Amino acid sequence: MAGSRRPFAPLRNLNAKIAAVPMIVTVLVVFVGCTLWTVVYSFTSSRSLPTLDFVGMDQYVRLFRTSRWTVSLKNLAIFGVLSLSFSLVLGFILAALMDQKIRFENTFRTIFLYPHALSFIVTGLVWQWILTPAYGVQKVVRDLGFETFTFPILTDGRFTIYAIVIAGLWQGTGLVMALMLAGLRNIDDEIWKAARVDGIPAWKTYLFIIIPMMRPVFITTLVIISATIVKVYDLVVALTNGGPGISSEVPAKYVYDLMFSRGNLGQGLAASTIMLTTVLIILVPWALLEFRPRYRKGEVSK
Amino acid sequence: MRYRSVLTALATSTFLFTASQAGAADLEVTHWWTSGGEAAAAKVLAESYDKLGGDKWVDGAIAGSGSTARPIIVSRILGGNPMGATQLNTGRDAEDLVKAGLMTDLTELATKEGWADFIRPAKLLDACKYEGKIYCVPVNIHSWQWMWINPNAFKEAGAAVPTNWNEFVAAAPKLKEKGIIPLATGDAWQIDGVFRVMLANLGGKDLYLKIMDEKSTEAAGSPEMKAVWQAFADARDLADPGYVGRQWNEATSLVLTGKAAGQIMGDWAQGEFGVAGKVAGTDYDCLPGLGVHPVLDTGGDAFYFPKNANPEITKAQLKLASMLVSKETQVAFNLAKGSLPIRGDVDMQTANACMQKGIKILADSNNVLPSYEQAFSSDTQGQIEDLTTEFFADKSMTVEDAQARYVEIIGEAK
Repeated sequence: MAGSRRPFAPLRNLNAKIAAVPMIVTVLVVFVGCTLWTVVYSFTSSRSLPTLDFVGMDQYVRLFRTSRWTVSLKNLAIFGVLSLSFSLVLGFILAALMDQKIRFENTFRTIFLYPHALSFIVTGLVWQWILTPAYGVQKVVRDLGFETFTFPILTDGRFTIYAIVIAGLWQGTGLVMALMLAGLRNIDDEIWKAARVDGIPAWKTYLFIIIPMMRPVFITTLVIISATIVKVYDLVVALTNGGPGISSEVPAKYVYDLMFSRGNLGQGLAASTIMLTTVLIILVPWALLEFRPRYRKGEVSK
Repeated sequence: MRYRSVLTALATSTFLFTASQAGAADLEVTHWWTSGGEAAAAKVLAESYDKLGGDKWVDGAIAGSGSTARPIIVSRILGGNPMGATQLNTGRDAEDLVKAGLMTDLTELATKEGWADFIRPAKLLDACKYEGKIYCVPVNIHSWQWMWINPNAFKEAGAAVPTNWNEFVAAAPKLKEKGIIPLATGDAWQIDGVFRVMLANLGGKDLYLKIMDEKSTEAAGSPEMKAVWQAFADARDLADPGYVGRQWNEATSLVLTGKAAGQIMGDWAQGEFGVAGKVAGTDYDCLPGLGVHPVLDTGGDAFYFPKNANPEITKAQLKLASMLVSKETQVAFNLAKGSLPIRGDVDMQTANACMQKGIKILADSNNVLPSYEQAFSSDTQGQIEDLTTEFFADKSMTVEDAQARYVEIIGEAK
C-alpha cells in the first residue's frame, strides 16, 4: 500500500476509487445499515409496522420457547451437515471420474450441471411429484407388483428433511462438480507423471497430493454451498411447505412468515438476528484463520 | 439532445396517460378468489361494476390462498404502489394499515347510504371501524362451522349417514374398510380450521367466547377444552397420509366424487359443489355446527380501498364501495360464492337447502359468534396454527402437551 510514486496518495487510481464508491455506499447503507436496523428493531414489540417500543429480550425468549423455531434450527443443522458433506464428496468423485479423459465428457458434464439451471422452486415441485405417494416412486414400485411397498418420505414427519436434502443435492452437486473439475484441470500433468514414476496409487495421489493442492477450490466451493444452505427457503416452500406439521420448517421460512404473513416484525427480526449471529460465530474465526495470513504469502491469490 | 427527446417522449406519454384517465379510471382490484366457485363470484362483481359505465374493473387475482396473497397485498400498499381496491378477510388483517392512515375513509359514503341500518350482524361493520371511522366494506358472511358429507359414500360402505360428529367418527372404521378416506383435509390452514370448528361446535359457545373475548387461560386449560383436543386427536386418525400439501378444493372434490366421506370446511366449499352441478340434500349434505351446537362465526371477506393520489381513482373506489353493498350485487354475488349476504333485507329464496339452513341459524343473534380473525391477531392465529398442525402431523404428541402449549399461547394473546 505504500504509495510513493505520486505525491498525494488518496488521488492515486482516482478512477478506480470513484468506480468503487457506489459499491462501498451500497455495502455501508444496505448491508451494514440494514443489519443494524434489524438488530435494533428485534428488541422492540413491532407488529406489521416498525415501532421503537423496546421490550428487552422478550422476542428472543418467545423465539426459543417456540417449538417451530427449535425444529427449524435442528432441520437446518441436518440439512447443512448432510448437504455440505455429500455435495463435496459426490461432486469431487464425479469430477475425478470425469477427469479420466472419457468419451462424451461434454454430454455428461451438461447432464450433471443441468439441474443447476433450474430454480429451487422447480426443483422442489419436480421432487414433490417424484416423492409423493399417490403418483411417485411408491406408486411405480407398487405397480411393479410390490403391493405393500411404502415410501413415506414426504408424509412422515421424521423423514421430510431428508427429502429436502436429496432434492438439494440433485440441484447443487453439478455445480460442485464443475468447480472441482476446473480445479483438477489446473493440476499440472507433471505432478501426475511424477506420482506415477514414484509408484503411488491413484487414490493416494488424489488424497494426499491433489486435494491439498486444490485447497482454494475447496474453499470457494465451501463458501458457495454454505450460503445456499443458510438461506434455504424456496426449496422447502415448493417441496413440503414446512409440513407435515412443522417437521420440515427452516429458519428463513420462520423469518418470512412472521414478518410478512403474521405481521410480527419484532419476532421475525429476532429470528433473523439469531441466524446472523450463528453465521458470524462460525464464519468469522474461520475467515480470519483462513484468509489473513495466507493472503500475504500470496498462496490464495486467485 | 438525445436525453431531451427521451424526456419529451416520457412527458408526453405520462400526459397522455393522465389525460386518458380523466373521467374514467381503471380500478385494479386484487383478491385471491381463484377456485372455480370463487372465480365465478368475482366475475359477478367485475361484470356489474363494468356495467355501471365509465370506470373499469381490472382483475388482479392472486393465485394461492390468503396466506400467499395477503403479504403481496400488504407489501404493495406499504411500498407505495397501492391497487384500487383489495379483498382481505374481515377482521384484523388490515388493522395496522388503517392505523398508519393508508386506507381511504368511507365514513361519509356509509352515513349517506345508511350502512349501519342494514348491515347484519352489526358486528361485521364494527370490524371495519377504527376510531369511529369506516375503512372497509364487508361483502359476505362466511362461517367455518360446516361439515360437508357425501351420503352416497356412507351408503356404499354400509354405514348410516351421520347427523353429527360423533356418528361420523363411529362410521369411520366401515369407511376405511371400503378404502374411503373418512375425513378429507389439506395443508396447514385447513387443519387449523378443523380445530376452530371443533372449538366452537364441540366446545360450545361459552367456551369459545371465554377464549376468544377474554383470552381466559382457565378456559383454555379446562376439561371442556381437553375434550375438544381429544376430538381433534380423533380427527387426525381419520385423515389419509396424502393430506400433506393438498388444496382445499382438491379435498372438496374428493368428497364430491365419493373418494372421501366428509370435509370440515367453511361454507365457501359450497361454491365448488355448485360449480360441479351437485344438488344439496341428495348429492351432498351439510352439517352446520358439526350437528352438535349449531352456532356459526361471522367472518368473511371485506374490501379495502388503499389511499390513492389520483382523485379519479378515489371516486371510482367510492363507486365500487357503494355497489358492493347494494341489494342486487349482494344477492348475485353470494349465490355464486355460496356465502350469506351482509344485509338482512334481501330476498334469498333462490338459495339452496344448505344456505337456507345457514340463514335460519344466523337469524337468531344468539347463534352468532365473533370470528377468529376478529378476536386474534394474525400472529396469535399463526401460533395456534403451528401448534394444531404440529399436533395433527405428529401422532406421538399427547393431548396434554398440546393443551399446555395452547394455554401458553392464549395467555400471551393480546
